[in-house]
Amino acid sequence: MVTAEQAWAVLADVADPEMPMVSVVDLGIARSVEVSGDRVVVTLTPTYSGCPALEVIEADVRAALEAVFADVEVLSVLAPPWTTDWITAEGREKLAGAGVAPPGARLLPLLVEGRPSVCPHCGAAELEELAAFGSTACKALWRCLACREPFDYVKAH
Amino acid sequence: MRAATTDDAVEALLRIGDSCLVLAQRLTAWCGHAPALEEDIALANVALDVLGHARAMLTRAGELEGAGRTEDDLAYLREAPDFRNALLVEQPNGDFAHTIVRQFLFDAWSVPLWQGLTASTDAQVAGIAGKAAKEVAYHLRHSSGWVVRLGDGTPESHARMQTAVADLWPYAGEVFLDDDVDTRAAQSGLAPLPSSLEPAFRRTVLETFTEATLQAPEDPWWQRGGRQGRHSEHLTYLLAEMQVVHRAHPGASW
Repeated sequence: MVTAEQAWAVLADVADPEMPMVSVVDLGIARSVEVSGDRVVVTLTPTYSGCPALEVIEADVRAALEAVFADVEVLSVLAPPWTTDWITAEGREKLAGAGVAPPGARLLPLLVEGRPSVCPHCGAAELEELAAFGSTACKALWRCLACREPFDYVKAH
Repeated sequence: MRAATTDDAVEALLRIGDSCLVLAQRLTAWCGHAPALEEDIALANVALDVLGHARAMLTRAGELEGAGRTEDDLAYLREAPDFRNALLVEQPNGDFAHTIVRQFLFDAWSVPLWQGLTASTDAQVAGIAGKAAKEVAYHLRHSSGWVVRLGDGTPESHARMQTAVADLWPYAGEVFLDDDVDTRAAQSGLAPLPSSLEPAFRRTVLETFTEATLQAPEDPWWQRGGRQGRHSEHLTYLLAEMQVVHRAHPGASW
């Protein structure tokens, strides 16, 4: 007999391919798990429309589940659209611990501004944006004016 | 006027999806060539997002058509007259000023477009739009920032921007011209009426050009026809490059 908790535990070990310090659960990409008998149905939501990691994430999730469960289905839903508000508190801590500033709060649903609150290296609050687009679709490049180190920032989205 | 048909819906979605696809193809040509590393990455990121929008819309158009055509079939196996993109996006990259002005005009249109599409009666389209609306708002922030920086920059950058605006402005109005397909698609609730998006576009352009010290030209006779399949020669060359590998190796995967 399979339980949803078992499936969530498997998902918690599936790392994001571009930010391997966080899992698909930390990022809020895994939206739901439904279990009936031996069947496990996991629903994912894509982050950015053009994120090249999407197909890898889906394949990784499927492979991890199939290694444990016999009957697996992985679905994808678009609505409601993924937002960085769904990144868990634990996920934010893991990002910051790896030198990546977690997203700030979104002020309005369509206002894609926001800024990192503090430098993930030294904790200073005086920061500047170097480039609006960073190493992946979800990140921008910022720099700390205190320690002068550049860092990735997961954009509020 | 007859009621909206499946054909209208497919046509309306291709008009949006093809514009995204052709622009993405244009932008990828900058990869490795942009004036600064940050901008190289930015243009590639914008291209990825817009390609994502194209894939979603082409996939949905293929589903509604019901003839079994996938996003790849639609992208790689149609000829230029089958494409429904606006003429603006097939215009050559030109210098960086032309690429930025083209991007800005596209973004200023696509922000109200995707916002309108979030209310589509087609749940799949509304879902795609919910994601795209956030992404294109970020693109507009980026492209309008460049319009201001270059327009209100050096005499050289200002002159290049003014030239780009003069060259591209005649292609800016096509996406607001309603035809019967657009009207029926709007009446069915699938997509907003193109002309309804024009006030928001005008506000963005006026605000940004004013800050950039650029003159918006008088409205010309808008160049048109792309959305009905009548294209410039530019598109055929673009498609030849985009489609050649798929056509040379049908069904290949890696």
